Amino acid sequence: MTAQAAAAMDDYNFAYLDEQTKRMIRRAILKGLAVPGYQVPFASREMPMPYGWGTGGVQVSAAVMTPDDTIKVIDQGADDTTNAVSIRKFFERTADIDVTERTSEATIIQTRHRIPEELLNEDQILVYQVPIPEPMRFIEPRETETRKMHALEEYGLMHVRLYENIAKHGAITTAYAYPVKVEDRYVMDPSPIPKFDNPKLESEAIQIFGAGREQRIYAVPPYTKVVSLDFDDYPFDPSKANHPCALCGSVTSYLDEVIVDDKGGRMFVCSDTDYCASRIRRQEQAA
Amino acid sequence: MSVTPLLDVQHLTKRYGTRIGCSDVSFKLYPGEVMGVVGESGSGKSTLLNCLAGHLPPDEGRILFDTRTEGPRDTLTMSEPERRMLGRTDWAFVHQNPRDGLRMRVSAGGNVGERLMAVGARHYGNIRNAAEDWLERVEIDTDRMDDRPAQFSGGMQQRLQIARNLVSGPRLVFMDEPTGGLDVSVQARLLDLLRGLVRKMGLSAIIVTHDLAVVRLLADRLMVMKSGDVVETGLTDQVLDDPQHAYTQLLVSSVLQV
Repeated sequence: MTAQAAAAMDDYNFAYLDEQTKRMIRRAILKGLAVPGYQVPFASREMPMPYGWGTGGVQVSAAVMTPDDTIKVIDQGADDTTNAVSIRKFFERTADIDVTERTSEATIIQTRHRIPEELLNEDQILVYQVPIPEPMRFIEPRETETRKMHALEEYGLMHVRLYENIAKHGAITTAYAYPVKVEDRYVMDPSPIPKFDNPKLESEAIQIFGAGREQRIYAVPPYTKVVSLDFDDYPFDPSKANHPCALCGSVTSYLDEVIVDDKGGRMFVCSDTDYCASRIRRQEQAA
Repeated sequence: MSVTPLLDVQHLTKRYGTRIGCSDVSFKLYPGEVMGVVGESGSGKSTLLNCLAGHLPPDEGRILFDTRTEGPRDTLTMSEPERRMLGRTDWAFVHQNPRDGLRMRVSAGGNVGERLMAVGARHYGNIRNAAEDWLERVEIDTDRMDDRPAQFSGGMQQRLQIARNLVSGPRLVFMDEPTGGLDVSVQARLLDLLRGLVRKMGLSAIIVTHDLAVVRLLADRLMVMKSGDVVETGLTDQVLDDPQHAYTQLLVSSVLQV
């Protein structure tokens, strides 16, 4: 950091947000942790990035951050895309904290669209960027009505959505943002992670979901029961592409399909770049 | 007779500011009975029905419903979850416009299955069989099951709405002009169907309509409303053949004889 940039950063509070705002966000987070899966409204702030780039996640990360933390930012599983790089830089500059690309070294992981392949532990916080927090938005557009449905536990409509999937396509085709029921109470949208990641929602880490534009925070505390909705005769199936990774050879990780030429060539590679790179490192060391 | 009435309405009043929706309506509905409510537009029939079904809060009065487990209870003092539970199990509401009662973007099968899923049905095959059975009962081809209601004719939409409501085996059905907006031959088929279902399932129903032919066919008893007041009650044939109140006489004589 240049001296000039360092001087400019002194004008900001630690991690950009002022202390009162962080306090307000922490209150919402605590409430969210106390009522797992419940969407807590909060006074979302304007952030120096557009809506849809993770304004909710950044606010949550800033509110839980301490100077000793190490942050990792994931965008669609990757550490090196625009969104991940710019958010990592943002916290480097405004909080002067350590950053990493290694899942195991991070204490805060802000993510968009993926849960890391490596299992998380009790010392980690996973922060999700959420575009649409309301799982019933597209079946019941009225927010007044969906809040009442949450309050009264009227979740029949969620199954109508899955029923329509099966009636039309013969299987549940919802592949991402697959609805879950948290601790037998609230139905929750796990943000647009692939349904492959749903089983990992039952985790040792704290998981916090921030929706900036929609002004909602919700959370899943460690060791909380999270069940993906399904039918008795059409059980939940966390499927993935049936290939090994073309780079590291993993057959268990979630894969991206990459088009490599205009003649129909394609390859399947791990979407979690850190997981893939560490496997390759280990293979090279062994060789 | 010591049968508990299914619905016991006492002094029900609803005002819209200084205007009166319906005033001091009292009646009892016994199990298996179908009651018609007739009157001209603006006479308070729909207000009355919406108050009974819990869609509108009345200003005064009591509505006692004979619940399955706890006997007669006042639906107005019930908690909201209980009332909404009744609304999707023991009660059914058939709207005049099927668009109000159907989910237009969900397939016919999904529409019928919604109530089952709302009370905890989680087996796709069973839900589908129940939906198929009900589509057959209301004379909709089962190969139309995965079509959206928007692709149905008005009469089919209305029959679908009836199937969607009756699938949970309700004991009390509220109908608001169930044949309104349909042409006469479709009306006749729908009435035929309704009469069959009501008799076979032993349903109790309250039918609001301005069409005297509908109540003549379906209703055991009749209540005539004018300007928010009940002006005459009695057995259907008795009221229609020998109307006592001046307004009822006018209503009966206004019907065109073909």
